[in-house]
Parts: sequence; C-alpha cells; structure tokens
Amino acid sequence: MIAPLSWLKDYVDIDITPQELEEKLFSCGFEVEELYEVGKDINKVVVGYVLECEPIPDTHLHVCKVDCGEHGIFQICCGADNVCAGGKFPAALVGATVYATAKDHKTVEGVMTIGKGKLRGYESHGMLCSGVELGVSEDMYPGAGYNGLLVLPEDAPVGADVKPILGLDDWIFDIAITANRPDCQSIVGIAREIAAVLEKEFKAPDLSYTESDVTIENFKVTVDCPELCPRYSAHYVTDVKIEESPAWMKRRLALVGIGAISNVVDITNYILKELGQPMHAFDYTTLEGDAINVRRAKDGEKIVTLDETELTLTTENMLICDGVKPVALAGVMGGLNSEIKETTNTVLFESAKFARDNIRRTSRSVGKSSDSSARYAKGVDEYATVMAMKRALHLIEELNCGKVSKMHVDVNAGNSVEPKELSVSIAKVNAVLGITVPNEDIVRIMTNLSFQPKLEGDTLTLQIPAYREDMETYQDVAEEVIRMYGYEHIVPTFLASAQVTMGGENTQQKTEMRLKKALCNVGAHECIHYSFFSPSDLDLLKLPADAPERHAIRIMNPISEELSLMRTTLAASMINAVVRNQKKGNLEGRLFEVAKKFIPKDLPLTEYPDERQTLCVALFGAQESFFTMKGVAEKVAEVLHVKFTYANTQNTFLHPFQTASISCEGVEIGYFGKLAYDIADECDLRIPVYLMEIDLESLSQYYGKKAMFTPLPKFAEEQRDLAIVVDKAITCGEIEDTMKEACKYITSIKLFDIYEGAQIGEDKKSMAFTVLFTPKEEAFTAESVDGFVKKILKQMNKKFGAELRS
Amino acid sequence: MNANLELIKQEIITGSEELNSSKEVYEFKKKFLDGKTGKIGMLMKEMKNIAPEERAAYGKGVNELKEWALEFLGGLDEKMKAKELQARYEAEKIDISLPAVTVAEGNLHPITLVRNQIIDIFAGMGFEIFEGTEIETDYYNFTALNTPEDHPARDMQDTFYLSPEFLLRTQTSAGQIHVMEKQQPPIKILSPGKVFRSDDDATHSPMFTQMEGLVVDKNITLCDLQGMLDEFVKKIYGEGTKTRLRPSYFPFTEPSVEVDCSCFECGGKGCKLCKGTGWIEILGAGIVNNKVLENCGIDSNVYSGLAFGIGIERTAMLKYGINNIKLLFESDVKVLGQLNDK
Repeated sequence: MIAPLSWLKDYVDIDITPQELEEKLFSCGFEVEELYEVGKDINKVVVGYVLECEPIPDTHLHVCKVDCGEHGIFQICCGADNVCAGGKFPAALVGATVYATAKDHKTVEGVMTIGKGKLRGYESHGMLCSGVELGVSEDMYPGAGYNGLLVLPEDAPVGADVKPILGLDDWIFDIAITANRPDCQSIVGIAREIAAVLEKEFKAPDLSYTESDVTIENFKVTVDCPELCPRYSAHYVTDVKIEESPAWMKRRLALVGIGAISNVVDITNYILKELGQPMHAFDYTTLEGDAINVRRAKDGEKIVTLDETELTLTTENMLICDGVKPVALAGVMGGLNSEIKETTNTVLFESAKFARDNIRRTSRSVGKSSDSSARYAKGVDEYATVMAMKRALHLIEELNCGKVSKMHVDVNAGNSVEPKELSVSIAKVNAVLGITVPNEDIVRIMTNLSFQPKLEGDTLTLQIPAYREDMETYQDVAEEVIRMYGYEHIVPTFLASAQVTMGGENTQQKTEMRLKKALCNVGAHECIHYSFFSPSDLDLLKLPADAPERHAIRIMNPISEELSLMRTTLAASMINAVVRNQKKGNLEGRLFEVAKKFIPKDLPLTEYPDERQTLCVALFGAQESFFTMKGVAEKVAEVLHVKFTYANTQNTFLHPFQTASISCEGVEIGYFGKLAYDIADECDLRIPVYLMEIDLESLSQYYGKKAMFTPLPKFAEEQRDLAIVVDKAITCGEIEDTMKEACKYITSIKLFDIYEGAQIGEDKKSMAFTVLFTPKEEAFTAESVDGFVKKILKQMNKKFGAELRS
Repeated sequence: MNANLELIKQEIITGSEELNSSKEVYEFKKKFLDGKTGKIGMLMKEMKNIAPEERAAYGKGVNELKEWALEFLGGLDEKMKAKELQARYEAEKIDISLPAVTVAEGNLHPITLVRNQIIDIFAGMGFEIFEGTEIETDYYNFTALNTPEDHPARDMQDTFYLSPEFLLRTQTSAGQIHVMEKQQPPIKILSPGKVFRSDDDATHSPMFTQMEGLVVDKNITLCDLQGMLDEFVKKIYGEGTKTRLRPSYFPFTEPSVEVDCSCFECGGKGCKLCKGTGWIEILGAGIVNNKVLENCGIDSNVYSGLAFGIGIERTAMLKYGINNIKLLFESDVKVLGQLNDK
C-alpha cells in the first residue's frame, strides 16, 4: 500500500518526522517496506531567474546569466527552446544531482552530478532543468511534461530550493498490510491507524453534497445473487462535463502510480486509493431499460471489457447488466459498451460490495486483473461502500463537473454499517498476554481505536466500527491492546504452569537418522531434491507406458512441466544430480537421499496416497563398482539389523548383467546396479554411475530391532583355506550356499582370490575361500574338521563338478 | 690356565671391534657364551678334567671371565641397538608438509543438521517430533487452520493443487491438526517437514522446509511464547541473543507476532547481515486461535496454546553463511562436502 505523507496529513496531524512515523507504524503492526522522499535523487536545485539570454551563433544553444539569489549569479549554457530572459527555471548548481536523460530527453538513465562545463567555448556553471531531469511528470506538476525547461511560477523566490515548490519534498510510505486488515488498504485507513497510535484526532473526509430534484422514475436495481453481492448502491449524476482533473488530483494519483484520464474516471480511482473502495462510473446514456441487474453469468456468455478483449464466462462469474445486456464484469472491469467518453453527459456511479473470493476466482479464471479486482480480493467493508458514494458525489461538486441528482438506489442484503457491540472479560484478555495491563491503559487504547469502551467490573464493552470485521473475540482485543501497549512489556516466562511431557524422536525417526549417519560414514553426502519431477524424467528411465512409475500424481497448477509430477522414483533426480556434478567437474562422489515416493491409490486423488519413505544412493567415479555399491547395501542391512539377499534382475535403466534385486525376509525391497550405457550417453555421462533404491517403508517393520549378543564359542574355532576349480558359469553365491548346506558348523565364508588362466583350463576359474568352522556342543578334533572339508568337497563335486585346486 | 682365559678375553675384545650390528653381536656372543658350543661354555665342561685342588680357582677364573663377557657384550649390544633404532628412524624421515591422507566421510545435508539441532533443543523441553504427510487435504491445510475458502490469507500462499480436494501442504501446521484431533492436552509437538508454494525465483524455492511447534495446555500466554523462544535463540545462535516480538498476522494465531532475534553477527549494532537494523527476522508465532482449538475438539475455555514456525533453509543459510537457497537443492559434492558439522 503506497501512501504519500501529504495525503495522510489531510486526515491526521502528523508532527513527527517520516522516520519516527515509520517506527510508530512498525511497532503497531504495519511494516514500512520502503520509505523515500519523492525527490530523493534531486539535490541543490534552486529557483533561477534568467537575467540575460544570448544565442550562441550557429547553434541552438543560449548563454544565460542566471540569478540564483543567495547562491550567486552564474553563466549557464542552455539548449532548451523555451529559455528566455525574465523567466524562472530550476537551476541545478555545480555539485547538484539530477536525472541524466538519453538523447530523446525523456528516458532517464540514472543520476548525474553537475560539474563545471564548457560548451562551444562558453563556460557553464550549472544547468537549467526540464521536468524529466527532476523526475517530475506532467501529472505531478502542470507544464513539467514539456520537452524543454520546466517553467516555475513568477512568484517563486529566487534562490529557493525547488523541491517544496514541485512537491519533491513529499515522502512515500510503502506499507505492508496484513490480510486481517483490509480496512487499511487505503489512505484513510492508514490515517485512522496513525491517529490511534499518535493519539491524535482523525479528521474524516468531507462527504457533503447537495442533491438536485432530478430523478429517473421507475429506475430500479435488482440483485439476483446476494451471496456474491451483499450490497449495491447506485447514484445518478447529470450535467456532466468530461474534462481534465485539477492539478492536485492528478498529482496525488501520480504519486500512487495512477495515470490521470478524465475527471469522472479519476474520481473513481481517487476514491479507490483514498477510501479503499472500488467504484465504477457508467455512461448512463448507454444503459438501456433504466435498470441495473446484478447476476451470475450464463455458461459461455461473453463480454467485451473496456480494454477491448472479449471474455467467455461461466456461472462462477458475476455480471452487472442494464435492462438488456451485460455492461461490466463485476469487480474486475467495466464493459466497453458503457465506458466514460469525452461526450458523456450523464453518469451512474456504482459503489458495491462483492464477495472477495468470487472476484479473486473470476480475476484468475479469466486472466484479467485490475486495481479494482485486487482490492476486492482483499475484502471491502460496507462502511467504505457507503462512504465512497458520498465522497464521489462530494468530489463531483468540488470539481464542479456535474450535478448530483436525487436518484439513489441502495440494495442491501441486510447488513448494518452501525458499530457492533463486543463484550469481553479483561481477565481473559490479560490471560492471553500473561501480563496485567492497567485498566486505564486498556480503556485509553480502545478509545484511540474508536471502539468507545465501557468498563464495568471485569467486563469491557466495545462498539466495533463496521470497518473492523476482524474484531470478533477477546483474543482479537488482546492483540489490539498489546500492539498499542507495546510488546516490550511482555515478560518472558518458561511455561510456568504447563505439565511435563516426554519429548524426542520416535523409533522410526531415530532409525532413519542412524541410517543417514551410517551412509555418511561410508563417504556419502546427503542431498535433498524436489518432491516433484518431470514427465521427461520417466522417459529418461526408459520406463514403458504401463510401468507403475508412470502412474504419478500430477500437479494441477505446476510452475512448469519440469516440476509437474509427484515423484514415483527417486532415481531420476539422482541421475540428474550426478549429471550436474559432472558438469561442474566433480568426477567422483557418493550421494544419498531419503525422501518420499508418492503412490496414488486412485487418480485424480480422492484419498490420501501412499507416501513411501525411500532411500536412493548414487556412487559415481572410476573407482566405484557393482561391489562398492553392494557394500553400501550391506551397510544398510547392518544398520537395520536385517539380512539382505540378492538376485540377478533387469530393469530399464540399468546394465542388464550388473543389476541385482534386494530382498529382505523373502520380500523384494529394492535394486541396485550400474547405469545403462544408452542412458549415460544420453546424459553425456563419461563416468560410471551406480544406483540403488530401497523402499524403507517395507523395512520399517524391522526398525527398533536390537543388536543381540551371541555368547562367544566355548571351544576354539577352526579355519581352513580352500581353493576350488569350477566352471566359469558357477556363481560365488551358489558355492557358498552349497558349502553351508554341506556343513552346519560353517559360520563364515570369505572369498579372497579368483584366478582364471591357462593352467586350469579355458572355461574354468579357481576361487579361494577362507572358511570358518565354529564348534557348538564340543571341541573339534583335527580329524573332525578334515571330515567337514571332505564332505564339502564331495558335495561340491557332485553339484558343480568342482575340484580342489592342486 | 690364566693365560688361556686372558687369551679368550683378548679375542673377545679384538673380535668385538669388527662387529657392526646387534645381530653380529648376538652371533658373536653365542660363539663364546653358548652353554654347549661357546668357548667359555666349553671351559666349564673342562671342569671335570681339572685336578680337584685346582677346581675352585679354575671355576672362579672362568666365572669371572663369563661375567665380564656378559657385561662387556651386553653393553655393546645396547649401544648397537640404540644406533640401529636411530638409523631406522632416520631412514623413515618424511616431509611433513606433504598433503594429508583423509578418510572420505560424507555429511548430513545442512537442512538435516539444522533440523537435528532444533529437535535437540525442543526435545529437551518435552516436545515430541511428529512428521505429517506432504500431501494434504484443503481442510487440514487451510479450513481447520481458520483459513476458509474465501479468506484473503489464502493469497499469502500460492498453493499447488493435486485435485480440488488434495494439495501439497503449504505449512506443516496441517499435520498438527491431525495430532490435536487425536490427542487431548497437554500437547507439545514439533513438526519438521517439506512444504510447497508456487514460488520460484532467486530467493524462493517451490519446496522448502519448515519446523512448526505447538503447545496446548492450561494458561499458555504470550510471555511463555517469548520465554520459550528466548531459550531457543540462545541455544541456536549463542547465549547473548535476544528476541523481539512485533505484531503480525496469521489466520491460525491471535495475537500473531513476527519474532526477530538480535543480530548474532554484530550483536545488535547494525551490519550488512541485519541491514543495519540490529535485528534479524527468524520466525512467525502466536497464541493459537481459539477457532483452531475448537475445530479440533479442544475446549478453549480450559486450554490455550502457542505456536511457532521456523524456516529451516533460512536458519541454515544464516548459520552457515550460505548465500543462495538454490545451492541447497543442487547436490554439488563440493558444496555438500564443506559442511561437516555433526
């Protein structure tokens, strides 16, 4: 909300500096996001009186002698066509700052400092300025728009600072207004608040006007949708003369960023800013049937708005119609057919309250917003609706641009603009705060806020003005009290009366944190990726059309297609992370993410989807292998105190012969493997990448499983090294399984060497294992262990044709 | 006889001058002192061939020689060993300025680090940790939190919708409603989690992390809120840190406050970090709006509550001096590798 200090001063005496006012506003809940002087970049520019003005031969320039009063008389060269002796112009002294302009003399290109100069051999001690060079537009000061010097009034005191004359000494407050205070989305609203905090009188705007006897018989307003339009008032104005607005009004509009159009339109815009009530003015001669009808649009109904675009509407949109046709899209924009033209001589003013969510939704759905729709979306109050109409009629008279008729129609859904009574207990107010605010302070604060307090015992009775729709309960009163009394009065305590509770993380949270720390210990960095991804990520993984991963939840209003689907796998984000790392020259690394996959039960969603906590790991770099990743998988199993088993598997984005499924207690819970070469090529990945994904949700049943102590063996364990020659096709896992089947005393088998070579035959390999035998009931003898080995070898020979390597 | 002993002694003295290592000393020693084969050992065996009357003198002489040899060669051995040790050390002389060999260790994400620190602080105050779902219904995210459909506060948060009913939660307070529906006070919960808003620019990420705290009990006041947050900022930003409350607005709290903490960079004098104000905005908080309690079936005549919400990314960025929020989601190992703060 932009508020010029000069405008605020119309309604409250402000006798503190702008900076002090900023502090006051901040303390009572209105953060000033920006505070600046209108002429903040303009310095040392004074009223200059041109004593002499001689043309410089063969140029468009003049050399002038300029009287700058107390600052002296200076020779200044000037290129403007309206420079003349006897004129008063803004003179920038040496050392002054003004705006630099481009060759067109219109475009501002930053701030410049004036120095001594020489033009065509003539010294120049300063510069005479145009409006653009001072940041003053035509709307801010009449004549400032001229492409030449800005002409100052004849009575301007020579040598005086031009800033007060041009209004450049005004201050602009850009104030953040919280959503509960739509009443402060206006100059008057802010002024009321300032009056309360400075304990000054609020001076209400002039609402007086005189009605003529003119009326229109049978004119009527009907509202078919009171749920969307609780109040609609209309007033007829005759003898309208469409002209430019006076300078003061144009200037104020310019300060809040609105361009002047014509007096009647400017009045509606002025009131929007001053009172926070959007208004609309119809050219009455374009309205048919002497009627206004407020209704929902029909499906497919069209309207052309005054910016000449055709909109197609639905029943969710609201129209203002005359007796025959739509003339405005309610709260958003007027229709082209009824806009104010130069020839307009009768006007119908509209001041209405429309439901904020309806205007917000309409504005979004038709893709059209205006100052008016933005204001309605925040919520207007009927107090302002009534006041705005009166103020508009007052301004018609003040600007002398029309006659106020007596034809006024007001359709009201039954809401009162009178204050509402609210009674609260002072004890409860203080109980919210935790301190006791003296009663006289509470009464004083409530008085300043125009709540007309009455205190009887513990009961405080307030009259809440209609513009304070946010005031409903004692909690609201507590907030009003403390923001005015000052938060510095709060005395920190520490839950003086609360009961003891047990805090901390639950088993799942603790287990996941242990898992994360274990992954850090194997050199992996935790990363966090967005919960959404792109349909192209699913293509990257070469997932077939019927893959379950493609059954993803779609965001209805995504930021972009790249962020439009809820993740059904974490692998794609992880591949992209590796690609980004390679691009930055990070050619090795380990990453992991613990995040949710979103598995819908139905689409579109009608119940909560399954949010599955998932672990994804990537290892990349020349030193990584299938088995380093297998080591990470084993680490996960170790941390969770479970056992994983692995089996060959295939999936669309991994190496067909270097991919394993991971199972726990017979249930498949994930996979790992090497990224497929075609995908690596597509991503321009030159380094090997290994990926793993584990569904932690399936493992959560094992969380909290304790590490258990197994008593150490009573008798000495025996260890044997066995080198076995088998066909190349036989896997290590098969051999280990067979060994374990053959002897129940085996507690560990560790592969320590694989040899392939001519010595042992083309299709053969030799695998060397260290096998550990742990005795149970009684000690081993040398013979008993030899017996185990024999049995193992026999079994292996039977199954694989394995031989002991000689 | 004595001449023989003297000869052996001379032989030891002369021979010892040739010795260069403790191993040679050992071998040399064996040559003389080994019980079976050593020269001195052999002399002892000769005893039986000595006339009985000379035996005592003979034995004494041999013993003296043996003791002398033990001491002499022992001393030599010690010297030799000391020399060898020194040589071994010298052989292993290194350039200590060569680069360190490090054990690669990964780091938790800065967001997790901050999350853990905050959880530690509040767990100690008796807060349970509750993580809700990322996908929520409109009711739990807005309506139950006193933000009905026509409420302008909905404009404060641009929401991602998944269906007319389901959305990506814009605040972790959504999950707290589920807790309050199931549990009567006393309630102290802390809800960390990912939240989503349709905002993507230099300072905003469409996904970020919040940590919301909620206390519902008897007689909870604004003084309790400030007292609790005072403890929090002291623990996370340092003992001297103070808080300041100033009025704000959230639909689910009344009164609502923004909480600033005194700038931990300059101690409140004003610097670049606090933009010269001496204060840094760190979180939003307030007294739970009675309507929210009533929506969850908690009697607001008996109980009251306080709530606060902390932005984890902002805290992490302030704490670790990270200047760009996007760095947190890019998974650059050079970035992640820097924050070893377990």
